[in-house]
Order: sequence, then structure tokens, then C-alpha cells
Amino acid sequence: MTPELGHFSLALALALALVQSILPMWGAARGNRLWMRSAQATAFGQVIFVGLSFAALVRAFAVSDFTVLNVAENSNSLQPMLFKVAASWGSHEGSLLLWVLILTIFGAGVAYFGSNLPESLRARTLSVQAWISVGFLSFMLLTSNPFTRVFPVPLDGSDLNPLLQDVGLAMHPPLLYFGYVGFSIVFSFAVAALIEGRVDTAWARWVRPWTLAAWISLTSGIALGSWWAYYELGWGGWWFWDPVENVSFMPWLVGTALLHSAIVTEKRDSFKSWTILLAILTFSLSLLGTFVVRSGLLTSVHAFAVDPERGLYILGLLALSIGGSLALFAWRAPMMEGGGLFKPISREAGLLVNNLILATTAGMVLFGTLYPLFLEAVTGDKISVGPPFFNAAFIPLMLPLVVIMGLGPFLSWKRADLNGVLQRVRFVALLSIIATAVLWYLASGGPVLAYVSVLIALWLLFATLREWAMRIRLFEVPINEALRRARNMPRAAHGMTMAHAGVAVLMLGMIGSTAWKSEEIAFVKPGSAVSIAGFDVTFEGVERVNGPNYFADRGTLLVKRGGAYVTTLYPERRSYLVAGTTTTESAIRSTPVGDLYASIGEPSLESAGQSGAWTLRILYEPLVGFIWLGSLLLVAGGCLSLSDRRLRVGAPRRKAAAATTTVAAE
Amino acid sequence: MIRILAFLPLAVALIFGGFFLWGLDPERDPSSIPSVLISNPAPEFALDAVAGLATPALSRADLLGNPTPVVVNVFASWCVPCRAEHAVLSGLVQRDGVRLFGINYKDKPEDAVKWLNKLGNPYERIGSDLSGRAGIEWGISGVPETFIVAGDGTVIYRYVGPIVGDKAVTKFRQALVQAAVIKEAN
Repeated sequence: MTPELGHFSLALALALALVQSILPMWGAARGNRLWMRSAQATAFGQVIFVGLSFAALVRAFAVSDFTVLNVAENSNSLQPMLFKVAASWGSHEGSLLLWVLILTIFGAGVAYFGSNLPESLRARTLSVQAWISVGFLSFMLLTSNPFTRVFPVPLDGSDLNPLLQDVGLAMHPPLLYFGYVGFSIVFSFAVAALIEGRVDTAWARWVRPWTLAAWISLTSGIALGSWWAYYELGWGGWWFWDPVENVSFMPWLVGTALLHSAIVTEKRDSFKSWTILLAILTFSLSLLGTFVVRSGLLTSVHAFAVDPERGLYILGLLALSIGGSLALFAWRAPMMEGGGLFKPISREAGLLVNNLILATTAGMVLFGTLYPLFLEAVTGDKISVGPPFFNAAFIPLMLPLVVIMGLGPFLSWKRADLNGVLQRVRFVALLSIIATAVLWYLASGGPVLAYVSVLIALWLLFATLREWAMRIRLFEVPINEALRRARNMPRAAHGMTMAHAGVAVLMLGMIGSTAWKSEEIAFVKPGSAVSIAGFDVTFEGVERVNGPNYFADRGTLLVKRGGAYVTTLYPERRSYLVAGTTTTESAIRSTPVGDLYASIGEPSLESAGQSGAWTLRILYEPLVGFIWLGSLLLVAGGCLSLSDRRLRVGAPRRKAAAATTTVAAE
Repeated sequence: MIRILAFLPLAVALIFGGFFLWGLDPERDPSSIPSVLISNPAPEFALDAVAGLATPALSRADLLGNPTPVVVNVFASWCVPCRAEHAVLSGLVQRDGVRLFGINYKDKPEDAVKWLNKLGNPYERIGSDLSGRAGIEWGISGVPETFIVAGDGTVIYRYVGPIVGDKAVTKFRQALVQAAVIKEAN
């Protein structure tokens, strides 16, 4: 019964979305306030009905209702409860429902927090949001109903893909979707602004918190996915330039550009059409991500079941939303230029370079990801584009960006004093050179590019801290005074410092774990020892252990350094009974300096005469923990900035309240 | 000018859309790659030598006119199973006198050189397949893969995955015996 209720709720949500996509828009055009206000009620209604529907799906999974096809295909009665619940967004249909749920949550968010928005802007934004809802709800009801029943009912389900049975991955899709879909509201704002024909600093101020919230979720979603790949796939890598990683990375790049260009629009009333374009592009790339994963357009490890009919439907949606919004942009954007002028050396110019580099990088990733498709269409040749291309193109683009990133916050608006700035960062540059030289002396060896990158990362770290110290006048005034200044400084400024420092830390982690990684692969028998990066690892044997829906071969590794006991690692190789596949569970000893990473492969029974030997893979990845620490700093910086009083969603309330009273008085 | 610029994003999006529409053709399978079937001639290819390595380059011509069939192995330094397989292949070359050619698949030359210097180089010739083009011609589904090619350029055997472990080695040796590359026993 509940599945039918869920299905019915979806249909009701679609009906509400249809009303919301027309009535408020029309009301805004005719100045009918009642029609405009209907958007709030319908937005709340949508989130309630989609939420009910999602709850019905989660319930079906939680109680293992195998009469529902989706449950039977993606869950199993032996699975732990956490993964039963997580399985509800593990399939194409379920993940789509989650996608729409988040879409409606953001719509309701604007309806709830947007009391300070001009009434027509809010009505139009919610209408545009409803257009997206209509597209995806109809897509779900027509082609991918998550509540389809199955007969005859199977005795048990066929298990969630074992690779996905992991706490990190259970949380990865919701966060990623919050990021993807969060940009929908920014998109709706942009389209509404284009329809209104007006973009001003107030618009930018309303848009920024939503952009920031979406960006934070996307950042954590990507970082979580990368962390999962690191400890679960057993290769010790954290980024593979897989098409699906790329499609989540592109909105991140453009979204980061948007975050920065919106500042210019807010503070200086310029970059207007550019900000609008970025808002449209960010969500377009998120849609593209949804499309690529579900259409079978490219091959990827992440792809859902391929179905060209679904692909065509999504392509139609994409054509309408992206094509429509860009056409609107082409028509309306030329009318709204203007704004403050600035000199080539100024914060505006710095942010412009930031935007250009980020946009170019996103374009590069897009091109690299889709190049196999283009080439096949044009010449019929089939090729694959792998990490060598992306690394070769990505690193040279990113390094200059990071150099400018260190300098940017020192620049003042409109016109900056380059000499003064250079004076201030002289010591920072010197310090980073010295630190790099010390590292070079200590580490001795490693590629030159690694040292250049370390130098640039340290430069960013020190310059960011220097700028922060300068703001609170640390060491120039008594410490109490400096602390008082730090307290009074807007949280957004602290947030920026934290996020920029996070990028530096992240870079150090990436460089360390790539350039100074050591790796040993050995066939081991109980008693054999491997030494790596100063550790002596003794393989003590393998035992069979049982889990809820799998059994595992668990190896025991005794780790010593210089004769002293360090730790014992237990890498596992799990065999899932129902799904019939195996996964590796690596064992990691994490320290700030580096990770010792061990995984065992298949028992290589007879190779080279060593009966009963196992393939043991041990890696030492220096600084790899910095990648997650840096991501954490990025997210924390974003959250801090979001909590800033000025940026808080209800911030410009006083001004807007005054405006509303005047309207009411008329 | 601004008007034209404003149309640019739309134009780009439309071009992309056209490609997507083409890509959705249900007849098209992005994961299928043209594969060389056993008993068909080896594909046409010509690869440069790995930069920084004295080993000569590899092309189809090198596979022709050999008195006994030769072994072509696709490998890469980033491929973990290749490392395990390396010992087996080296053994075949040293103990059994098998002639081994290599295709270094999507690998940075300096990495490949480092890898071979560390583990030893059993290959008579190595072609560097940076673009992955030759890999597609050979229809490989992953790395490593190993082929046996007769003197007339016909592929007579293909082994997908690493030749590691007794079962795999026995199977591959049987293939070599059938191809009269090595003698029975051993």
C-alpha cells in the first residue's frame, strides 16, 4: 500500500509543480500579488509530497518489501539496516527521487527564507524552480517509476553493489546532490533576473548564500567520494579523472568562479552578465552530470543501467533548460552591462583572472571528458582520454591561479598599489623559498615539478596567513587589541582565510602523496617480511571471518619500525554471498606525516612455486591526510562564511522591510 | 559585439546538444571496441620506441617473418598486475627463449624506463602507445594482455589479464607449446 501512496504523492507533487510553474510567473507579469504568493504554498506542498514519496521508498527498503522491483534489485534481507536505507538512493530511480526531493527542499527554502526578496523576484524564481521540478517529476513518473511492483515476488533481493556498502559512500550521493541541485536555485535566480531584466547588488547579495551552501555540499560530496575511492578501491589513489568524477568537478570549478564573481557584482556592481552566465553554466553542468551518468553516453565505472529512451528524455530536458536559459541570456544580457570601472591591478582584475582560469579549466575538463564522443562522431575513431591528458592540462592552469590566489586578498578594489603589496609579501615569498629549500635538503630527490608546486602551495599558505595577520594587525598592536580586531572582523573574512589556507593544505597533500609515494607489491607467505619507507611489515597469515552478508579473508600484518612495535594492520578481502563479488578493505595507519596503506589481493596460490602465497600491496603515501584536512578547511571556511551576519539568508531584512512598507502604503 | 558574444554560449550548447543526440543512438555501444579475433591478421600499427630506452621500436612489420611465433605483451608501469606478471614473462624469456615484444600502454616514458630499470627488461622491442590507439587496434580490454603472433602475422592466441598463478601460467605455456614456441615438459 505505501508504495502506491508514494507513487500517488509524486503525481500530486507534479500537479502542484505545474501550477507553480505558471501561476506565480503570470502573477508577476500582471502584478497580481495573490497569484505571486501562491508560489509559497505550492513550494511547501511540493516538498511535503515528494518527502512523503521518499519516505515511502525508504520504508520499502527498510522493511525489505521485495514486491517493489527497485527494492528487489538493489537490496537484500541480510544487509545491515544502514545499507538497506542507503540502498534507496543506490539505484537510478531512487537517486532521481532524492534529486527531486532536494530540488523541492531548496524551493521551499526560498519560499521560507525569502521574505526579504522583492515579491516579483521571489515569485519568478519559484516558478523557474517549478519548471525544473516539472521536468524531473514527469521524467520519473513516465520513464523511471521507483515504485513499480514485481510479480512473482522474489524470495530475496539481489543485494546492493558491495562496493557501495560503505558508510562513506552511503553519505556521498546525498551531499553531492545537495551540491548539484543547490545550484538549481541559483540558476532559477539568474533566469528570474533575466526575465525581470534587472541585476543589481541586492540580487547578488541574495544569491551568494545559496551559492555558498551549494558549493559547501558539493565540496564535501566530492571530498567524500575521493576519500571513499582511497580506502575502498584498494589502489591507494584518490582521483582518477573518470568521466563521472569530472562531471562533478566541472560544476565545482564553475561554482567556485561564480562564488567569486558574485562578490564583484555585490561589491562593485559589475561583472553582471558574467555572473548570470556562470550561474546558468554551473547548473547546466550539474544537469549534464546527471545526464551523462544515466544515458550511457560515455563509459564509466559509475554508470547506471543504460537506457537510450531515458537519455532522450533527459536530453530534451537539457535542451529546454540549458538552451532556453542561454537563449534568454543572449537576448537579455547585452542590456545590463555597466558598473564600476577598475584598473588592471585591482581586486576586480584579480578576480577576473581567477574566473577566467577556473572557466578555462572547466572547459578543458569538459572537452577532455567529451572528446572521445566528439572524435567518434566526426571520424569514427575510438580513443580514451586518461589521466596523462588531464594532469598535463590541469597542473599548468592551476599553478598560476594559486600564485594569484595568494596575492589577490592583498589587492584593494578599483585600483591597487602594486608596490605596496609586493613590499608586504616579500617576506612571505622569501619564507616559502627557504621552506622549500629545507624540504629539498631533507627529502633529496623527487621531480622538479613537485618542488615548484610545494613552493607555490607554501606561498599560498603563508600569504593567506600574512593577509589575515595584517588585517588584525597581529604583532603590530598589543595581542589583546589584535584579538579584539579578529573578533570584530566579519566571519566571511575568516572564512576566506580558512578556505584559501585549505587549498594550500590540500595541494600539499596532493603533491606529497603523488610525488613521494612508495609502493611495494610482494607475494607473501606467513612469516615473510616487506620493508617500506622505514617500516618493517611482517605478514602473519590470513584467517576467515564472517560478516552479516559476506565472509572475509583477513590478513594480519605486524608493523615495526627499527625493531619497535608500531601497529597491527588487518586488510580484508570480502566475498559477498548474494552479489557474488569481492571487495578489498584496505587497512590504513594514518598519521599527519603520511599513511601506511595495506591491501591484500587474491591468493596467488602457485605463482613462482610459492604455494599459499598472497599478493600483498603496501603503500606509503606521505601527507595524504592533508587532502582530507584541506577539504575540511574548505568546507569549514565555507560554513563560517555562510554564518556571517551580513550574508545570512535573512540579512538585508531591514532594508527590504522598509521597501515593503512603502509598497503597502501606496 | 556584445550581442554576438552573448550568443556564443548558446551556440556552443547547441553544438554539444547535437553531439549528444548522435551519441544516444541505441545502436551505438560506447564500451565496445573493435577487437582482433584469434586467427585474424594482427592489426596495422607502428609505434615509436620508449624515449630514454635503448630497446628499439615496434610495428607490425616486426611481427612478420619470424621463424617461430612471438609473444606480444601489453603492459604499463602503473598497472599493478603487470608487475606480478613481469617475473613470469622474464622467466619465459630467460629459461625458454621465448621472443617477447612489448606495447607500453598509456605510460609516461620516464615511468616506464624507471620501471624497467628496476625490474629488468625482458622485451626485445617496445612500442610506446601513449595515445592508446594501438591498444584499441588490438582490441585490448585492459592491461595486461598478451598475444601470440605467428610468423605470417596471424594472431593465434590471446590471454586477457595477468599471467600469474599456476593455472594461468600452465594455460599460457600450453598455448605456447601448441604454437610450437616451446617444447612440452618443463
